[in-house]
Amino acid sequence: MRALAPYLQALPLALVFATFFLVPVSLVVVVSFFDYQTYQVLIPDFVFFNYVDVFTSNVTYRTYLNTLKFCLLTWAITLILGFTIAYFLAFEIRSVPLQIFCFLLCTIPFWTSNVIRMIAWIPFLGRNGLVNETLLAWGVIDAPIDWLLYSDFTVVLGYVHLYTLFMIVPIFNSMLRIDPALLEAARDQGASAFQVLTNVVIPLAKPGIAIGSIFVVAIVMGDFVTVNVLGGGQIASVGKTIATELSYLQFPPAAANAVVLLGVTILMILALIRIVDIRKEL
Amino acid sequence: MGERRSASFYLLLAVFTLFVLFIYGPILTIVVLSFQGPTGGLVFPMRGVSLHWFAELFRPQSIGDIGGAFQRSLALGLITMVLTVLFSFLAGLAFRRRFRGATLLFYIAIASLIMPSIVVSLGIGAAFELLGMPRNWYGSALGAHLTWTLPFGLLIMFAVFNRFNPAYEEAARDQGASGWQTIRHVVLPIVAPSLLGVALFSFTLSYDEVARSSQATGFENTLPLELLAMQTNATTPVIYALGTLTTALSFIVIVTTITGVLWLRRRAARPRTR
Repeated sequence: MRALAPYLQALPLALVFATFFLVPVSLVVVVSFFDYQTYQVLIPDFVFFNYVDVFTSNVTYRTYLNTLKFCLLTWAITLILGFTIAYFLAFEIRSVPLQIFCFLLCTIPFWTSNVIRMIAWIPFLGRNGLVNETLLAWGVIDAPIDWLLYSDFTVVLGYVHLYTLFMIVPIFNSMLRIDPALLEAARDQGASAFQVLTNVVIPLAKPGIAIGSIFVVAIVMGDFVTVNVLGGGQIASVGKTIATELSYLQFPPAAANAVVLLGVTILMILALIRIVDIRKEL
Repeated sequence: MGERRSASFYLLLAVFTLFVLFIYGPILTIVVLSFQGPTGGLVFPMRGVSLHWFAELFRPQSIGDIGGAFQRSLALGLITMVLTVLFSFLAGLAFRRRFRGATLLFYIAIASLIMPSIVVSLGIGAAFELLGMPRNWYGSALGAHLTWTLPFGLLIMFAVFNRFNPAYEEAARDQGASGWQTIRHVVLPIVAPSLLGVALFSFTLSYDEVARSSQATGFENTLPLELLAMQTNATTPVIYALGTLTTALSFIVIVTTITGVLWLRRRAARPRTR
């Protein structure tokens, strides 16, 4: 009975993942080889034309390039910003209650609606939004700036706004484990502040950096919501392509696109995972 | 305290302050704009102050099925919360011992966490379509939400049990406590604050989820999906009123939970009088 206990305890979790994760994701691969028609959305078959469509279309490459661009920009900005905030929280605030308060202050928006947080940019950045009105009133510009809303800029801004926290938390967690005596020792040996940062803090915060990066990369690669709300109609991303195909009930081509997206994302994550064993970091 | 701070401290403090403004600023604008007068639009300036748009929200047939969507999201969030707390606590206990497939199960949970949401949603949608089963919020969408909340719950339980001192349980067992008594009177009280944390995570993540729900919800939308549909053709501040209300609800949940966690911690730290 005691030997059986862990299996029974893990069973509910395993069942949920089997039913709603493993089977569905495998089905995506299967369905990507299916045929489809207007009135029958899934016809079991083994055809390759869904993939041929994906790989022979110029739109695909442009979409991937655009998505990778978003990914790289967001990754770089959230990393630098997240690292800076985490450093401030971990090393510059010395009272623990204040540290907890500031950490919670950063975390609370994460628990509110992402959709609302995206929509909230519209009165700021629109043609008649706060930024344009202010700049016009100050005489900085003569005509409203159009690219503030519904542009690449807005999409990346939205990502940074929503997902910097995914960098802050793991990096902060790694930094809290750095013994302050190490920093002191480095300083005593004559290391400059910059040398302490590059030779002590960054190497020891690497696991957190890797975990945060995995999160950000995975989210941005598959996103279609932010691109829809803040990108307007013109901006493309892989996730949006899939979502659009699905809105026309074109399951097989959407599945083929999803398999390719998954492949690319997994390659990116594998590169990041080589740096860190996630389980040891908790 | 009181010692001199370096210039870099003030620079970092400035970055931090700007970041806090950056993450709270937009949502505050929405809250302010939702109190526009009846002639007010989607942007500043404010044309009067009123509760007009909140009243509009509750007028039947003015916009989509907000009331129904809200009820569904609330119920779904609560069901997801209860299941996530229960399943991740149990799994957390399981992972403290060795069992076959433990590593595999762990990696599946991680994969579920970082899998692009649209892929999970597409898979669940396709599965229900193939089986000829209708998609709905309490079936397919609940499953989709669990694939997102359970990994968070499991990771929190890992963090908790990695720091858990087994001596407490051994002491309980030495005193003759049964397995169930040990869990009920020793383990549960110690991990209670963390379980509240898991509850907060799973409720809010589910209550606001869009990406995984998108293909798994069927005809009756959850609130965030309804909002997403609304925003494409929103012309009045009624959408801000809805945003203000749902954010207020999130805040109440968050503040209540955090207060609860702090209270439980303080109670645990206090020496027993008996």
